[in-house]
Amino acid sequence: MSFLDLANPSRFLTLAARLLPWLAAITIALLAAGLYMSATAPDDYQQGATVKIMFIHVPNAWLSMFVWGIMSVASLGTLVWRHPLADVAAKAAAPIGASFTFLALVTGSLWGRPMWGTYWEWDARLTSVLILFLMYLGLIALWRAVEDPSRAARAAAVLTLVGAINLPIIKFSVDWWNTLHQPASVMRMGGSTLDNAFLIPLLVMAIAFSFLFVTLHVAAMRNEILRRRVRSLQMQQARGYASDIPAGTAPNAAQSQIAGAA
Amino acid sequence: MIDLGPYASFIATSYLAALLVVVLLIGWIALDYRAQKARLRALEQSGISRRSGRSATEIR
Repeated sequence: MSFLDLANPSRFLTLAARLLPWLAAITIALLAAGLYMSATAPDDYQQGATVKIMFIHVPNAWLSMFVWGIMSVASLGTLVWRHPLADVAAKAAAPIGASFTFLALVTGSLWGRPMWGTYWEWDARLTSVLILFLMYLGLIALWRAVEDPSRAARAAAVLTLVGAINLPIIKFSVDWWNTLHQPASVMRMGGSTLDNAFLIPLLVMAIAFSFLFVTLHVAAMRNEILRRRVRSLQMQQARGYASDIPAGTAPNAAQSQIAGAA
Repeated sequence: MIDLGPYASFIATSYLAALLVVVLLIGWIALDYRAQKARLRALEQSGISRRSGRSATEIR
């Protein structure tokens, strides 16, 4: 099966049915390993045991941006190549990305209280991630507000690409502005500043959450394809009812208005 | 038992929040899948079929 074959939703559904059990099994195994390594990781000499929050905060923060990146590529697929699954991929990813962003904010807040003395600070990193979360919610609302999926797809794709401007702002906010949030310590020039005792559990958890995203995304895409089939069949059913009504017997708009006024 | 120190409640709440959100996501996706399959089955039983003639609920 070539990559282009996946443009066919039916072939995608077949592939999804085969892949999902394997993806779920790999995700469970990686999460179990990551949680075990997180639980047995040593305390940090400054932060103590609160360093364990990092093992779920950082993967969720990375994924919050990565998912928007995936949605941006899918939006290009919608606008430029009109790929049949591009909009399905973007729409299915949005609630998952919003969940990861929500978790990044919540766990960051819970980490900030004991370390910084506050749950929240309107600094550049925290505020730009909050804006990302609000953009996810806005996109989900847009998809729900527009009934025709193809019209919603184009509007959502433009909004997603405009929103992608926020990704470098989030990434470099800690370098461009004086923030309470620490600068990058893993993905930085000159390599990670983390000791392997923390870096390895963090990377395992990041890979585990990435597999969790892929698993949930494939399952959500499958649901979205089925939802569009339902819509298509319902429209077919409505057309069938309309053609069954003999000409001249259906109330026209003017008659309905008169009946309403009376 | 792991000693989480004086900030145990913050650590435990973080992990529980992550667990709750992930369980809700999985549950929502699983329920949505069942709902879409049920709606497709109901439509097919009412005599509506896809133009290709293939079953809309048939995936494998």
